[in-house]
Amino acid sequence: MKVVVGHLYPDYLNIYADRGNMAVLAARAAWRGIELEVRGIGLGDRLVPGEHDLLYIGGGQDREQALIAPDFAGRATALEEALLGGAAALAVCGGYQLFGRYYRDRGGVELPGAGFFDLHTVAGERRMIGDVLLSCSLEPGVERTLAGFENHAGRTILGPSAEPLGRVVAGFGNDGESGYEGCRRGRALGTYLHGPLLPRNPWLADWLLAQALAHSTGGEPPELEPLPDDLEAAAHEVSAERAHERGGRFD
Amino acid sequence: MRLRLEIGLARLAGRLSRLAARGGGTTLPGKLLVAVDPGALATLAERLQHGAALVSATNGKTTTAAMTAEILGRRVRLAHNRAGANLVSGVASALLDADGAELGLFEVDEAAFPEVARRVRPRVVTLGNLFRDQLDRYGELELVAERWRHALASLPADTVAVVNADDPLVAGLARGRGAALRFGLDDPSVARERLPHAADSKYCVSCGTPYEYEAAYVGHLGAYRCPRGDDERPPLDVAARSISLEGLERSSFDLVTPQGTRRVTVGLPGLYNVYNAVAAAALSLTLGATLDEVAEGLARFRAAFGRFERIAVGDRTVLMLLVKNPAGANEAIRTLVDGGPPALALVALNDEIADGRDVSWIWDVDFEPLAASLERLVVSGSRAQELALRFKYGGLELDRLDVVPDLEAGLDRALKLAPPGSTVPVLPTYTAMLALRRVVADRGLVRPYWEREERFDELVGRAR
Repeated sequence: MKVVVGHLYPDYLNIYADRGNMAVLAARAAWRGIELEVRGIGLGDRLVPGEHDLLYIGGGQDREQALIAPDFAGRATALEEALLGGAAALAVCGGYQLFGRYYRDRGGVELPGAGFFDLHTVAGERRMIGDVLLSCSLEPGVERTLAGFENHAGRTILGPSAEPLGRVVAGFGNDGESGYEGCRRGRALGTYLHGPLLPRNPWLADWLLAQALAHSTGGEPPELEPLPDDLEAAAHEVSAERAHERGGRFD
Repeated sequence: MRLRLEIGLARLAGRLSRLAARGGGTTLPGKLLVAVDPGALATLAERLQHGAALVSATNGKTTTAAMTAEILGRRVRLAHNRAGANLVSGVASALLDADGAELGLFEVDEAAFPEVARRVRPRVVTLGNLFRDQLDRYGELELVAERWRHALASLPADTVAVVNADDPLVAGLARGRGAALRFGLDDPSVARERLPHAADSKYCVSCGTPYEYEAAYVGHLGAYRCPRGDDERPPLDVAARSISLEGLERSSFDLVTPQGTRRVTVGLPGLYNVYNAVAAAALSLTLGATLDEVAEGLARFRAAFGRFERIAVGDRTVLMLLVKNPAGANEAIRTLVDGGPPALALVALNDEIADGRDVSWIWDVDFEPLAASLERLVVSGSRAQELALRFKYGGLELDRLDVVPDLEAGLDRALKLAPPGSTVPVLPTYTAMLALRRVVADRGLVRPYWEREERFDELVGRAR
């Protein structure tokens, strides 16, 4: 079994330790005997729908984000074709914003997005910074938590057809008001949570791997062999505690 | 009259703080003074007959300022915030403490730099580097650079900017400024083969094209050039050439300056300390030191608090290397491993404000060269579990990993694992370092921290 991961703009978008997410995907695949290959997709490189089982895009500083945004927006059609074809995706922070329709900065200038998620983001006055805990249900009847850290000035507003990734238990979330965080469309997930996200939330790494395998084999997402995750659980617990103690909110 | 009364009261508060064993009293007096009279800092600074110099950077400001103090300290009486209290209140406290000081020498927090510059009106500012650091606290690099740019623009034209030419963002701040001195490294033989994973500022500040590097020394610092010709490293006024890194003990290099060239030895390892030494040299020369004074001062210099500091603990030695952001940690690890790959280490991660509450940066650190030689690793601190994951997913076998969140217990575990007579490298974040030093101090092995440095109380105070 083999999974091909397309890592979008790894040289530009890597501000919140995105390589931690990649390391977790690679290790958890390898421990189960699944081959995982990461292919970088840089400025001007081709994105061929069907080539990747999982697409990953991380966060960058404003400057780096602005450098790649036009290139990414130009791939909207290829991206949509890839994802509607069943590839999985994880978009974090700045990458999450770029998966939406646009990002409007404080001066009113709009940075175009790829528009795969029905959402847009508007620069806010105050940054939303802090530990955050979500509750999400990616499968009916299965409720799980995600613990991470958020740091964003943008307020993300979901459109009528958008489904959030999860409900905020503690922290700001998309806009600090709605009580929702992230966005989900099929096998594509977007979120502000970094930290990085996957090391302390290994169930999500496994969910993404299973979705990617489904795309790779053309079948259903397989049940993956469980791994000893004591350290991951301990880290999750500390991170969740932090969110309860000091997760952000507007007073 | 009013100011004198305020100063007296503020000093009294400092003594009380020390008497009450609440800490070092290195920030409280200044905090009170500034609260009572916001103009007091400027008034105090005006009394310095030789004016003041500020040092700011993401990494190396404490060491650069301490080196400069060593060079200049025999020539003029200094007001120097050597304890590392580097916000407005810390600078005010240092001024209060230094009766009859002739020259102010202040390391300044990156975010506090504009305000301190506005109030102190320095003669010289030294800007060392900008790396990604505690984004939850400082914000993005561009933002910090932009604030520095405004601060610099509002200072008089004869205020000298001593800037690191090897950092594109910092060098750009002095572009077009007459009163500027540019320092850097000029020895491709010690350059890295490629930029590290988490390199910042690697795209042209003018057009966004990736820079080409003739030599990359520390993170993104080096001899860069935009292939489209929109930017390049400016010519160096003060440079280090023929650099020789001598293990964990020292470095030496040719210090090339407008006043001539000297072979210089610094008793600190690592290329990043060569940057600190060249920065201190450029600053000292600007402030009137002779080349001989620079060379002698650097030769006398000993490690600043927690920066490659050796502490004897019974028959073992702790080698303390503060780590606080990817660039600094990468260089500490590189220097440590170059000096002989260790078989045992203690890494401690806290997530207080002074450490950064966002711990994701540890995933941007290249720990792998360290992990490669480790037979045993103790991870400690309030986020020890997160560190454990970092090393687990970095490929360290779990039977080599001890997770001991309590810092004192973690230190004892590492000391127990170390053979008698050996040295244990300890890599803590800021508050973990303070706590570990407190543990060792309580056992009577080092001086209390406020005799050397106090920044933690100040940061915690600010957060409230």
